[in-house]
Amino acid sequence: MSSTTARQRLSRLDVRLSPYLYISPFFILFAVVGLYPLLYTAFVSVHDWHLIGGQGDFVGLKNYVDVLGQQRFGRALGNTFSIFLLSSVPQVIAAIAIAALLDANLRAKTFWRMGVLLPYVVAPVAVSLIFSKLFADQSGLVNTLLATIGIDPIGFHSDRLASHLAIATMVNFRWTGYNTLIFLAAMQAVPRDLYEAAIVDGASRWRQFWSVTVPMLRATIIFVVITSTIGGLQIFDEPRMYDTLGLGGSDRQWMTMTMYLYELGWGAQKSFGRAAAVAWILFGIIIVIGMVNFLLTQRIASGDAPRRVRKGARA
Amino acid sequence: MHKSRIGALAAISALAITLSACGGANTGSTPAPGGSAAPATSDEKITLTVATFNEFGYEELVKEYTTLNPNVIVEHKKAATADEARDNLNTRLAAGSGLADIEAIEVDWVPEMMQYADKFVDLKDDAVKGRWLDWKEAAATTPDGKLMGYGTDIGPEAICYRADMFEAAGLPSDRAEVAKLLDGGWDKYFTVGKDFVAKSDAAWFDAADGVFQGMINQIETPFENADGTPIPLGENTEIKKVYDQVITAAVTDDLSADLAQWSTDWSTAFQNDGFATMLCPGWMLGVIEGNAEGVEGWDIADVFPGGGGNWGGSYLTVPTQGAHPEEAKKLAAWLTAPEQQLKAFASKGTFPSQKEALASPELLKSTNAFFNDAPTGQILTNRANAVSVTPFKGPNYFAIRALTSDAINRADVDKTDDPEASWAKAVAAYGDLGLS
Repeated sequence: MSSTTARQRLSRLDVRLSPYLYISPFFILFAVVGLYPLLYTAFVSVHDWHLIGGQGDFVGLKNYVDVLGQQRFGRALGNTFSIFLLSSVPQVIAAIAIAALLDANLRAKTFWRMGVLLPYVVAPVAVSLIFSKLFADQSGLVNTLLATIGIDPIGFHSDRLASHLAIATMVNFRWTGYNTLIFLAAMQAVPRDLYEAAIVDGASRWRQFWSVTVPMLRATIIFVVITSTIGGLQIFDEPRMYDTLGLGGSDRQWMTMTMYLYELGWGAQKSFGRAAAVAWILFGIIIVIGMVNFLLTQRIASGDAPRRVRKGARA
Repeated sequence: MHKSRIGALAAISALAITLSACGGANTGSTPAPGGSAAPATSDEKITLTVATFNEFGYEELVKEYTTLNPNVIVEHKKAATADEARDNLNTRLAAGSGLADIEAIEVDWVPEMMQYADKFVDLKDDAVKGRWLDWKEAAATTPDGKLMGYGTDIGPEAICYRADMFEAAGLPSDRAEVAKLLDGGWDKYFTVGKDFVAKSDAAWFDAADGVFQGMINQIETPFENADGTPIPLGENTEIKKVYDQVITAAVTDDLSADLAQWSTDWSTAFQNDGFATMLCPGWMLGVIEGNAEGVEGWDIADVFPGGGGNWGGSYLTVPTQGAHPEEAKKLAAWLTAPEQQLKAFASKGTFPSQKEALASPELLKSTNAFFNDAPTGQILTNRANAVSVTPFKGPNYFAIRALTSDAINRADVDKTDDPEASWAKAVAAYGDLGLS
């Protein structure tokens, strides 16, 4: 009898502990390559720290005060948000729309589905090189095409908003297909009987999309919005490769936060302390925006969905 | 259940992709660092990497070295711009690994790198004693007598021009006559430019920032006092004067093609007859030839506004982090030997800094087919002899120079600010540097 209880206890322990053991490799790895650098960056940010010279004196919050006082900080913050909004918002909307189309009964489904992922396979640096040539101010293809329909050339490397648009185009080119596939996978997991019930109730396709598909996608929308927020606010490759100098333009028209961080740490100032301070400020901003996004998406996506459906989405 | 699993999968794959993307960014590391720390024995094959930028003319030379030394495979990595190479150097110097066995550095970075002289192998060697022009060698020698790098080239500046466009605008096009036409100060150069643009659709010069560089290379102490302390940009009247002069010529008189050097538009403009002249230090000849491939009419005149000037020129250094410092030093010494430098000059116009090469009849006789068979050896030697000022460039030269470059490009290329506002921004950015 007692041996049975011991085995039972063991088995209960197994049920309770095993999941944590299985998931622990990720967290151990994360602690080493994620958490440790994160905390170390905080340590660096309160010191004078030179790129090559290394650790200097403890300076408290001086680095934070310094960067917040620099003109370029505000510029970088504005640019980052502008590029982020110009890329993420159209991207998520387009991705849902394309996913809905791909979810329909198409011929050669796999072909279309793989097709949308194709730009994602191209290395971002290659994308930037090609697009920066397309968007060259005097010799670029885009301005040449605009000229043929009588529009004056746009200063894609001099005008602030135009440069953001060009960079957002690169980001969208690369990431829309990726997000589409995530949405598509989620759409296919929506139980078909919900649609059948909706059809019986006489709902149009449009109504079905808004009242069944979108609410059922809530968890996925939150996931995509949060990942693209994190990615969008950390954007670096595309703007860095947008011209040959990689500084973000003579007036820092397209210098993002991460490029600013790079400029502080590796550019003229060579101050790792300040760069680390910017990294932490960026971290804070991303957390705040992530929370806002989370709340917003929760509200929007659960809009007028029936209770039963919401439960299903959570399961 | 389904959905969260998909979400988790996506999260994991996203993570994997990010991680692999990070790995991918680390291209071009040295082969097996530490793995072969032992000195190479005679029959052991080793690979040495040489990192350069722009055009050094080493393509054939690295092959030749392997032919001479079958056990040494030389890999040549070229960065498109000097800034890119400098970023790479700084990053990997800080990281302590990832640099090539031989890293080329520009003369302007040397004072900065001297602060970390212990990260470079001391290349002092009796075998190469007195190989270079005294000032070239002195610039790379630390106060305690360590030699940071072997000199490759120097950049005596001449004027490169498009003979066909000069002719079309009714200006003399023969290189001796052009030299006479442009003889004088910068005012003269700009005055002839005004005359040219009045009769031509093209611009007079490519980029205001390039002209600015030529002008500050004639100033004794451009951005820093001789003791190394920076001159606050807002109080630097000499630089402000040069800035005003360049901007007036470029913007008010519209002599500039409104290009930023090294940009896509700049490279393309060589093919589109965008401008008629440009300042050309020896190493620029290879750049022009590359960008203007197939274009006829380039020539070079034995003249430079305001006398002579030296722009750039490089050194080969051996970072201590490499696995084969001795072999790398041997290769660097070989690459910078007069005979090899003459070959590099023949290939890409990188003008030698080695005394023996400068005196060689081979150099004086050499011509450049792309520049209408101009006697480039003789012209650049004359230009080198005309250099009278060696500007002092300290550890902060680069940082401050970059601010002025932004200021000029804002006013000349991007037109985001008028000249005064653009200058004010540069002065504000100087404050952000936190120098002094």
